[in-house]
Amino acid sequence: MSFAEVHPTTSWYLVLSAVVFSLGALGLLVRRNPLVMFMCVELMLNAVNVTFVAFGKQFNDVGGQLAVFFVLVVAAAEVVVGLAIVVTIIRRRPGATADDLSVLKG
Amino acid sequence: MAAETLVFAVAALLIVAGALGVIFSRNPVHSALWLVQTLFGVAIVFIDLDANFLAAVQVIVYAGAIVILFLFVIMLLGVDKAEDLNIEPIVGQRPIAVVVAAGTFALLLSVILSVGHDFTGATSSTGPLDDVGGTLGRSVTTKPPSDVRVLGVHLFTDYAFAFEITAILLTIAVVGAVLLARRPSGPLEPLPEAEALEVAS
Repeated sequence: MSFAEVHPTTSWYLVLSAVVFSLGALGLLVRRNPLVMFMCVELMLNAVNVTFVAFGKQFNDVGGQLAVFFVLVVAAAEVVVGLAIVVTIIRRRPGATADDLSVLKG
Repeated sequence: MAAETLVFAVAALLIVAGALGVIFSRNPVHSALWLVQTLFGVAIVFIDLDANFLAAVQVIVYAGAIVILFLFVIMLLGVDKAEDLNIEPIVGQRPIAVVVAAGTFALLLSVILSVGHDFTGATSSTGPLDDVGGTLGRSVTTKPPSDVRVLGVHLFTDYAFAFEITAILLTIAVVGAVLLARRPSGPLEPLPEAEALEVAS
């Protein structure tokens, strides 16, 4: 097979998705700013979306893209509520990081 | 090199560089801007995978709405101060986080590489990507319907109930966000400190 005929297979997209998912998980565990942690969650959601679309194309199934559509909607709702919570917390205690919020600790 | 491969390489580079930028930027504003780059890269990958509608929605919803929301919150709250990444509040958190992330990646990679091309595709329960079932939404021309048409037909027939549920979900999210972010009439009570809690209990 000549080099000109190399086409990206589904595995390529899955590996890319795994890289982005792991990077998002790393950021979520390392960073303490709640806003940056949210962005890392978005990274992980996008990685899963790439997987959905790649599998949808592999199997010629519309379900993959439909799942991505619903993930987009739920991600938007999640960001709206999450940012409202962050706004409420930081208004009461400026400069709060995720480590400062230990009120629920038993 | 095939055009798809070239597009994939460029998009993968954009995505991974953006993801690294999100994690390692000290300033949250810079993280948000790197996130835009990653989201654009994902949109390019979607186009590469023939998901044109989702690519457009990705740019509009994520880059156009969600990241702008992030930037608004950062600016309004004034939390755009750079975070000192050298402070390690919990001893051993960084190494453990790296180990956990690397383990996750190794697990995913081993699954992907061991399965190879033998994906066990169950028979589609929703329908093929390049055709709409039945006569509903059948294009008058003979060319295959666009992905917008296929998605729309399935969204408003098979997934109509789920679609209605998302409408309710978005309404609840908006009402909840307004309630949470509303400025209360009285003075704000500060959140109790951890020490004060222990004394009280």
